[in-house]
Amino acid sequence: MEKELREKARELLESGEVSVVIGYGWNRRKTRTTPVFIRKPEEAERLIFNPLCVNNLSVYLTRKYPDIQKLGRPAIVAKGCDIKNIAVLIAEGQLKREDVYIIGVRCNGVVYRQELWKGELKPEIMPVKCHNCDLREPHIADTVVGEPVEFTPPEEPVGMVFDKIREIDAMSPDERWQFWMDHFSRCIKCYACRQVCSLCYCERCITEKNMPQWIETSAHPRGNLAWNLIRAMHLAGRCTFCGECERACPVNIPLNIINQKLVLVVKDAFEYRSGYDPNTHPPLIVYDTEDKEDFIK
Amino acid sequence: MEEKKIEEGWEPKIMAFVCNWCTYAGADLAGTSRMHYSPNVRIVKLPCTGRIDPLFIIKAFENGADGVLVSGCHPGDCHYTTGNYHARRRWIVFKNLMDFVGIPEGRLHFSWVSASEAIKWVDLINKITEEVKKLGPFMEYRGLKK
Repeated sequence: MEKELREKARELLESGEVSVVIGYGWNRRKTRTTPVFIRKPEEAERLIFNPLCVNNLSVYLTRKYPDIQKLGRPAIVAKGCDIKNIAVLIAEGQLKREDVYIIGVRCNGVVYRQELWKGELKPEIMPVKCHNCDLREPHIADTVVGEPVEFTPPEEPVGMVFDKIREIDAMSPDERWQFWMDHFSRCIKCYACRQVCSLCYCERCITEKNMPQWIETSAHPRGNLAWNLIRAMHLAGRCTFCGECERACPVNIPLNIINQKLVLVVKDAFEYRSGYDPNTHPPLIVYDTEDKEDFIK
Repeated sequence: MEEKKIEEGWEPKIMAFVCNWCTYAGADLAGTSRMHYSPNVRIVKLPCTGRIDPLFIIKAFENGADGVLVSGCHPGDCHYTTGNYHARRRWIVFKNLMDFVGIPEGRLHFSWVSASEAIKWVDLINKITEEVKKLGPFMEYRGLKK
């Protein structure tokens, strides 16, 4: 698979079809994977793909990285879940389909965190998204590499995130409040969740707007709540559940739970799943006169 | 969590975010018709419900509101044609989000009140005030200020 990947990258760079290949490579000690930007054909040897390749590289296609955009047309090594984010970027007009060459990789699942890797991919160390993955065969790609994968996702989504959502739904409002305050009070406002998210591409984030100051920037429970709520709200109908925000969070706030909850709400209310079709509008910028309004008196 | 004790003489603060063309005119009609309704409501007039960012509601709670009401034109009546349809979608998501983090249902209300529905407005405000009074001051959120 890696041979195929490198060959493809070399071919693309040699022909000048793309000027940079965004992919995964080893760190110096070969213990972790890291994003690499390949610009010369001979460097294509550095590209790898294995279960340690957890990063969602689609973040490098956004306007958050003007330096990378300046390099010219990119090719990107993307798993099915990463391609979902690219599809949202296309749907939101951030990117044209022809502006990026997608090298889709068939994926057997990745580890939840690279630290957990002990040389073998076991279900216990895989994130919830991999257990429910229906995109092991990339759905939007210019070329696909790797061996076909036999995997059927379970009918009903399974995993810790979904169990926890059911558990919270069954709680009383007071218990829910306590649950979230316990988690949000740890937030240190490092904004790693935003930085790692390929859908948080606003040039000026709401938290940086200070005339007026909408969200308090100090790491205080009040501002922490506002920040985490509003980020969840801004991702509603867009979040693809790639799980990068939770992975990047240094204080382990279960952001997957709140984001997945809104994914379920949107699916239920608008019958929309983000990341599958780059040609439909995200649900919160359109409307339907028949939207349910049982809660509006 | 602080103890929920309702002090004597405590009156709830209710923020109402209303649209200029329907609900504000409805409230205005209630006023010019000299109808009585509970004075606990503070009205903020906005051009359209589509202008109401969920942050306004969060900010209202942050600054000590005990209840929030969001109200605008009935579907199909929007002065800007589609503003309230967009707002409705946003509220569906936002209401679920607020439920999920544990903001009690009785503290956040959504309604359609047209320019001629002064009676509905009066009833709505009285009902919400009663409901929030029962829940007591929203100390969970306000307590965060300290």
